[in-house]
Amino acid sequence: MSRERLSPEPASGGPVAPAIETKPRAGWTRSHLLDLDDFTPGEMETVMETAGAMKEVLGREVPRVPALRGKTIITLFYEASTRTRASFELAGKALGADVINVAAGGSSVEKGESLIDTVRTLQAVGADVLIMRHPSSGAPYLVTRHVECSVINAGDGWHAHPTQALLDVYTMRAHLGELRGRRVVIVGDIAHSRVARSNIWGLAAAGAEVVLCAPPTLLPAGMRPGEPGPEEPLALPRVEVETNIERAIAGADVVMALRLQKERMQSGLLPSIREYATLYQVTEQRLALARPGALVMHPGPMNEGVEISPAVARSLQSVVDEQVANGVAVRMAVLYLMARGKLS
Amino acid sequence: MTSLAIRGGRVIDPANGVDAVADVVIADGRVAAVGPDAGKDAAETIDARGLVVCPGFVDIHAHLREPGFEHKETIATGTLAAARGGFTTVCAMPNTEPPIDNAGAVEFVLRTTQAQGAVRVLPIACVTKGRAGRELAELAELAQAGAIAFSDDGAPVADAHLMRRALEYAGMLGVPVIDHCEDPSLAAGGVMHEGWVSTRLGLRGVPASAEEAMVARDIALAEQTGSHVHIAHVSTAGAVDLIRNAKARRVRVTAEVTPHHLALTHEAVLTGPGETPGGLAYDTNAKVNPPLRTPADTDACLAGLLDGTIDCIATDHAPHAVQDKLCEFDAAAFGISGLETALGLLLTTRVGAVREPPLQRLIEALTIAPARTLGLDARIAGLGTLSPGAQGDVTIIDPEAEWVVEPETFASKGKNTPLAGRRLTGRVVATVYGGRVVFDDR
Repeated sequence: MSRERLSPEPASGGPVAPAIETKPRAGWTRSHLLDLDDFTPGEMETVMETAGAMKEVLGREVPRVPALRGKTIITLFYEASTRTRASFELAGKALGADVINVAAGGSSVEKGESLIDTVRTLQAVGADVLIMRHPSSGAPYLVTRHVECSVINAGDGWHAHPTQALLDVYTMRAHLGELRGRRVVIVGDIAHSRVARSNIWGLAAAGAEVVLCAPPTLLPAGMRPGEPGPEEPLALPRVEVETNIERAIAGADVVMALRLQKERMQSGLLPSIREYATLYQVTEQRLALARPGALVMHPGPMNEGVEISPAVARSLQSVVDEQVANGVAVRMAVLYLMARGKLS
Repeated sequence: MTSLAIRGGRVIDPANGVDAVADVVIADGRVAAVGPDAGKDAAETIDARGLVVCPGFVDIHAHLREPGFEHKETIATGTLAAARGGFTTVCAMPNTEPPIDNAGAVEFVLRTTQAQGAVRVLPIACVTKGRAGRELAELAELAQAGAIAFSDDGAPVADAHLMRRALEYAGMLGVPVIDHCEDPSLAAGGVMHEGWVSTRLGLRGVPASAEEAMVARDIALAEQTGSHVHIAHVSTAGAVDLIRNAKARRVRVTAEVTPHHLALTHEAVLTGPGETPGGLAYDTNAKVNPPLRTPADTDACLAGLLDGTIDCIATDHAPHAVQDKLCEFDAAAFGISGLETALGLLLTTRVGAVREPPLQRLIEALTIAPARTLGLDARIAGLGTLSPGAQGDVTIIDPEAEWVVEPETFASKGKNTPLAGRRLTGRVVATVYGGRVVFDDR
């Protein structure tokens, strides 16, 4: 078996970085990344290892390799995003690809063009990889049926955000190693969270024990404390559900807080932010119930003082900044695997 | 005297308790005789040996889209689709543009049908002006013009007080009010049944309680007013129970169920008709209102149909243009093009069902039962029967024939079906309307 080489960008002035090596990609055949619900353990390992190699690239003086030179990556965002879009853009550029950002607000979408027409146009102008975020769950699934290029889901409605879950798993593994049997608590607005859904798949596949914690109004339909969920082969994996944060956090290895959106109050889901913070904020006292040194995570952007206390957000246990940094490496890995997979 | 004899078929005429091999003879557009060898002298014959011959189907709930949405369907194409599905009478819902909320609009539907319709169309008119749910439409004038029922279908009459007044006023006219039961605050923004599938797909759900709360309200109002309320497209087990209890108290409530709510579940949204990339179909052709629900709900609806709680079957034929469905799930239109697959879906379900409904009951639920449910048999003598003197509307079916659903071959402009490529058992062979063969696939 040959080892692949990610050769460095030919230096223009700076010192030549050493080539990096990744293990052979064990049968990477995936041309789209839409969710982690059908991820095999082998695929997960491949992404994790490749992300490790990419992290090494990012640590170089000139953090660039030409692996995707000549490839065109288009980001198509129908929703506002700071970190995810920037992270993908950095990842694409670090791999030498041309990255074009299309925001739905500044395009023919405003003139009423359909999603399918838009993506076909972007494909026609030469997109090899389309990275899309869309407020409607399932939108990227529709797109894959109408284009030949690779599609990466950067968030669809409440449904999935697979690269966020991959970077979360990567960050957890960097600190905890094997995740089997680890207790990962996700606190907050699970019902409307694509981050939670993708993490449930990713963590369940890794053998972690997933605990969801929220008031009943922020839990998805059918999820209630003490009810393990339906025995349906196609349903989300069964998880533990808690409405009491102390019980949820007790013994946790990871505590992940989710962003609370202000408009949840208007739809009668919560009485007030104040009451939510009282009942569900991840505070130092509550964190003390977790395992010593438990990781504190947040997909961002954080409302400090709402779902997480400022002290916890800045504590040594918080790996929030690391999540953001790992996001670039993980997205490089995904782009590399997908674009190279298409090439070969 | 022109005559047509349909010879040697198994005649099932539930209204007359007939289930026997016989000829059906139609003369001058009306049923002249039913009996062994009754048609041996007819001018024209159809050989129906090995087939089932029954009264033309009656659909009390269809959207023909004209006027206003002719790109989705017209009275001409919708009635052709009806003929292909074995339906000779179609009640057209009034959620057109403009809506059918005045006598002139009712007359437009009747005139257009006379000029272009392949089968009979009976107009349903709005309950409220412009379907806006604020003021009653001129119900007496609408009834006078030919409206056979009132409904704001597509939306409920959300205001309980207005619904009460509508029932009182329509009761005076002897015309039923058909309600699309969906509590708007509970259903707000929902695009599929609220359950484990919506949870997995991250789609906003419509809880069963949205339907049940309004069914309960309508039953209370029908009980209070003594007027007839008809519950459109029942989809939940809870609604079936509410109606069963109300009927036991002799409340004037009737109900219909669609073939898709008997046969399909919310999993259709997830899996689609076949293999899909990533395994998740987000099938917009399975997006319908009320949504496809759980197996427990379909079982309850079937049980309700068998015990008479649910009076009849109606298609809720809801044709849409391609672009209305070829889009994000949230943005897609609600509805299934159902006229041409109704019989096949019902008979295929029957094969798979734990409690197999007898063919006679299914035919009853497609013929005399819907006619009686809305009092159509009182308007058109013998509608839904093969009684002597009845309209010469006859459907010939082959309950055993298998076929594959190919939406592109539909007569309907609406190719929107979640059944594309699916093999169904039970086919309409020919449809006779007023003594004329309007569909012939022998």
